[in-house]
Amino acid sequence: MTPVMANLLNIVGILVFVVFGAAMLTWVERRVLGIWQDRHGPNRVGPFGTLQIVADMIKLLVKEDWVPDFSDKFIFVIAPTIAMFVVVAAFAVIPMAPGVGIVDLNVGLLFFLAMTSLGVYAVMFGAYASDNKYALIGGIRAAAQMVSYEVFMGLSLMGVVMLAGSFDLRQVVLSQQDGWYIFPQFIGAFIFMMAGIAESHRTPFDLPEAEHELTAGFHTEYSGMKFAMFFIGEYVSVLLTSAMITVLFLGGWLGPDFAPPLFWFLLKTLILVLFMILIRGSLPRPRYDQLMSFGWKCMLPLALANLVVTAALILR
Amino acid sequence: MKKKTGLFYQMYIWFDYIYSNLVTLWGVLSHTFTRADTVQYPDQQPHLHPRFRGRIVLTKDPDGEERCVACNLCASACPTDCISLQKTEDESGRWYADYFRINFSRCVYCGLCEEACPTYAIQLTPDFEMAEYVRQNMVYEKEHLLINGPGKHPDYSFYAHSGKAVSGRQKGEGVNEAQPVDVRSLMP
Repeated sequence: MTPVMANLLNIVGILVFVVFGAAMLTWVERRVLGIWQDRHGPNRVGPFGTLQIVADMIKLLVKEDWVPDFSDKFIFVIAPTIAMFVVVAAFAVIPMAPGVGIVDLNVGLLFFLAMTSLGVYAVMFGAYASDNKYALIGGIRAAAQMVSYEVFMGLSLMGVVMLAGSFDLRQVVLSQQDGWYIFPQFIGAFIFMMAGIAESHRTPFDLPEAEHELTAGFHTEYSGMKFAMFFIGEYVSVLLTSAMITVLFLGGWLGPDFAPPLFWFLLKTLILVLFMILIRGSLPRPRYDQLMSFGWKCMLPLALANLVVTAALILR
Repeated sequence: MKKKTGLFYQMYIWFDYIYSNLVTLWGVLSHTFTRADTVQYPDQQPHLHPRFRGRIVLTKDPDGEERCVACNLCASACPTDCISLQKTEDESGRWYADYFRINFSRCVYCGLCEEACPTYAIQLTPDFEMAEYVRQNMVYEKEHLLINGPGKHPDYSFYAHSGKAVSGRQKGEGVNEAQPVDVRSLMP
């Protein structure tokens, strides 16, 4: 196989896997939440309800795709595109296994942080363009949340970067052959998990959506495939966060030899996805001033302390 | 109240936050192995108790005659006025309903008609599968309501106790009945 063919296969394969996997996650989440709430979840369409996503897709495609007359139309249309684009683009730097992965940037981690930070534009553009009170409040909350979690999100990863000595995610995985970074960087992993949940707008940090208070928050006015792009974008973001934690803290594809490396990567990612669903099923949502004070007064000092202690131990 | 401060108290608060969240996570996770409460209805029938209040029927007495005497008490007890009937009489003097109509699109299945009925004629049954595509089909006539049995009170027969003369039974021949007093007789 020529390198060009291998690259094309990687690109198409990962794109299909990410989008299809995120679509399946909607079914996984509903089934798993159902199990934890002593009910069944969607189990009617196809075996165990696995074709539920097909039914949902048909419904969303056939639905009227309404752009409100009072909206700022260009921004309204471009917002879900951004939401989907940035998370899928961030997957380009995730090394899934030896030979599987689109590109090994030497600033891969920074590329990931940059792309996820751009994700907030989708929310704020969508909220602004909708010209809707609920959407506006959702957008304000998204902005407030962003200024609290982005700071400690980046800082929590610097410990790993110092230990690995590289921003290249493949190097980070390879440097974990002696031991996963979750053990020396437990606090960093915990903080990054929180930031990742906030990043993907999931309960308990789903303040921009908060369906109980704000109908649907920033995507109140969206319908049809535009809504689906926000929705799938959220699940791609969940996958991305889980994949990132796997790569940075859980040794990526490293594992016993009896199974292929890709299996270990996918298994760890799946367990983290299930853990995020468990958190969604258990924990309540804080007010957004509580979230901000938690971010600035607790998480940021913790991340800084983690950074300083790690640096001191390396320099010793 | 004096506000509690101090490092140890703050540490205790943060420990409590983390601990209570972990307990919650574990509590939810432990439900992985509990059975779902769902009754998957079309595949699995729900258990309906004998006194479940569902579809209304008109029963017959042990002799196979209609119990309903068209007294209108059910219709006047009905809070939604969904029962409509007209009394008539046959040649033997027995009362029955000329027509008996229940509009089930208005019925709230409260069971007050059953409580009001002096002859145990109208009864509610454990059946709720009454959906229709045409609203008019929700109006049940007497032929739809009558069932061929006594329902919940198998031995009860109103005319056996009523003291009313119907064909084959004169006054005083019923259960626990004395002969009527002959007011024209001088005997004590």
